[in-house]
Amino acid sequence: MAAEMPATASPTLAGALFVPVRLAMGVVDAPLRALQKATGLTGMASFFLLPNMAIFSIFVLLPLVINFVYSMTGGTAIFLDGRSFVGGEQYQRLLTCASYLDPNSCVEDKFWIAVRNTGVFVVVQVPLLLVVALTTALVLNRDMRGRSFWRAVFFFPVLLSPVVTGLIWRWILQRQGLLNLLLFETAGADPHTWLTDRFWAFVAAVGVSIWAHVGFYALILLAGLQAIPRDIYEAAEMDGTRPARVFWRITLPLLMPNLLVVLVLALIRSVQVFDEVYVLTGGGPGTSTLYMIQYIFETGFASQLRNPGLAAAASILMGVVLVVLTLMQLAASRSSEKRGKR
Amino acid sequence: MTRTKLLLAALLSTLLTTTAFAGDVRIMWYSDGVEGEVLKDLIDRFMKENPDVKVTIDNVSYANIQEQLPVQLAAGNGPDIARVTNLKAQAQHWLDLTPYIKDPKYWQDNYGDQADWMRADGSKVITGFMTQITLTGGFANKTLFDQAGVPIPDAKATWDDWAAAAKKVADSQKVPYALALDRSGHRLTGPNLSYGANYIGADGMPAPVDQGSKDFISRFVGWNSNGTAEKDVWVSAAGTTYRAAADDFINGQLVYYYSGSWQVPNFATKIGDNFDWVATGSPCGTAACTGMPGGAGLVAVKYTKNPKDVGRVMDYLASEPIAKEFAERTLFLPSNKAVIAKGLDFKSDNAQVKAALNAFVAASTTTSPAALKLPGWKWSDAYYSALVGRVGQAVAGELSLDEAYKRIDQDVADKVKQAQ
Repeated sequence: MAAEMPATASPTLAGALFVPVRLAMGVVDAPLRALQKATGLTGMASFFLLPNMAIFSIFVLLPLVINFVYSMTGGTAIFLDGRSFVGGEQYQRLLTCASYLDPNSCVEDKFWIAVRNTGVFVVVQVPLLLVVALTTALVLNRDMRGRSFWRAVFFFPVLLSPVVTGLIWRWILQRQGLLNLLLFETAGADPHTWLTDRFWAFVAAVGVSIWAHVGFYALILLAGLQAIPRDIYEAAEMDGTRPARVFWRITLPLLMPNLLVVLVLALIRSVQVFDEVYVLTGGGPGTSTLYMIQYIFETGFASQLRNPGLAAAASILMGVVLVVLTLMQLAASRSSEKRGKR
Repeated sequence: MTRTKLLLAALLSTLLTTTAFAGDVRIMWYSDGVEGEVLKDLIDRFMKENPDVKVTIDNVSYANIQEQLPVQLAAGNGPDIARVTNLKAQAQHWLDLTPYIKDPKYWQDNYGDQADWMRADGSKVITGFMTQITLTGGFANKTLFDQAGVPIPDAKATWDDWAAAAKKVADSQKVPYALALDRSGHRLTGPNLSYGANYIGADGMPAPVDQGSKDFISRFVGWNSNGTAEKDVWVSAAGTTYRAAADDFINGQLVYYYSGSWQVPNFATKIGDNFDWVATGSPCGTAACTGMPGGAGLVAVKYTKNPKDVGRVMDYLASEPIAKEFAERTLFLPSNKAVIAKGLDFKSDNAQVKAALNAFVAASTTTSPAALKLPGWKWSDAYYSALVGRVGQAVAGELSLDEAYKRIDQDVADKVKQAQ
């Protein structure tokens, strides 16, 4: 493989990561092939997949089925034998609205508030996250002093627990927090209540979420940037192509598969936003940062009289949305591959 | 055969590592002040006297008790003993201690008045005892009042009087918050009852939001809008999340704080000599000047594997000398009748603390009959959680007051339907 690489190309991050994976696969593959050869059996791969399938069935498939069954039952009991079958009543409750544009007209108004808030969050956060991650990756890909240090700095928030992230930003943004101290109190002005203002609480939720995750997505894009052969840039430079044109015509198209991965991961993560925002705003002011997972958590676990059936139904509906998003990603991925082949 | 024995031995050892040993007792405990340390000390002494019982104290946050313990209990798990405030609604999970305690009559005589708070309606079982009796009430930052030259309102002052006085002090002293009330349905209920609210219908089921509740809720929402009340507490959270304003009071940022007697030891430890503060009892409404009684109960969980040892630990903690020592060191109002009758010597040199405890004892005499009924009413928590969620939305400007009242009624009705 190395001999086929262009003479000017340097080993890439993705390539470097691939080497141990190939070695590991080789270690597993060799005895399997030997066993197949010795026994003459050809279905050995399926046999070795069985443990994995069993674990998947017990810990993923079965809970999915149980969750669906839960969504068809009512009452406060945890065990199914203490719950009564109510059919589609939970779904009906969630989906009954006089007008779907007005959550207050819905029977389960908080569900629709959470749906609306999650939609707005996704629409605002994902494009912003993509732009910030791409900019970060482009900057970190440049030759500069202390590049490794800066990469570590941008990746560091990813290592923090979401609860820690939420608490840190809460201390910064609360009325007696660091931001007000720096912006207003030193100047003798009245502090601003960032987390009790609907608009600013939303801005804080989006901003903190981007801050917490941008390092991860920037790393994926950085790997993509490093996989682009240098000779293409050198050729463009020799042709006197302007940097902006290089970005739009070379970098962006060649980075598209990575961008697509980042888009899908960011979309799914964004729909599932919960932990750091829950600690930061608690879903407030009022319900302005109440998102789907918090709604499900509170309905199923945190409220005084829990409703696990309603929470299960809401989680099934949310799962449907995630499946649709994933299918869209697969379609977009195939279409991108086809364009690449042409 | 040997292989079978080996497998059985392995299985047995696995089972042994996942089940409680005889003598193991776990207590799930939360603290408002220093009571966690006092409990540890008392339990250490118990274990010295009873080396065959190993008691483990799991110190958790109040949010854990409110959110995680109910899920554990509903799944048939949980600790052996737990300190809980939401006692009635979870009564089906408590163990009947009668066969495991030495002298059930002692428990009936000394803790009988609150026994109904922690058992199902109509039942006569003994499930635990109240570690302390609490009463909601206000605290004023006396230093700020004195500096502003504003007299502290008297015992007959109304909520309007307190709001006006606190705002005057806050404006004068450039303090960010005039008045705050914990984000809790229980806390909102005392003032509601003072304006004549009644939650319990003639049939014992929840009644719709009435004029009494509306009179106070509309005032409270108005105070949040005009900057009299601390908006951060009620607005910076959603749903039924509990939030207290204790830290703002401790930091001298708040003039008047409505919380309860359990804050006294917390203030004694954390405020120290930083400023003078006083407990003020509950402000008056048009119908009463009532706070809400309550408290934390220590209950045995029926899923315990060691009920006999649980009984021994409970007997020890409920005994007269231990209950007396616990109250005196934690500065909590005890529930044990004999302890109350013989008097207490609270362990504090702080005159403010003794005055505050006396103020709460005095305030308990004006507690309304409606307030005394609520701790033993099955639907209290359903009502409280609906109140806190919807009033929170009204304070944040998401719902009009009329919409909030309608939603409270609907939420309570849904919870009743779901629980039946």
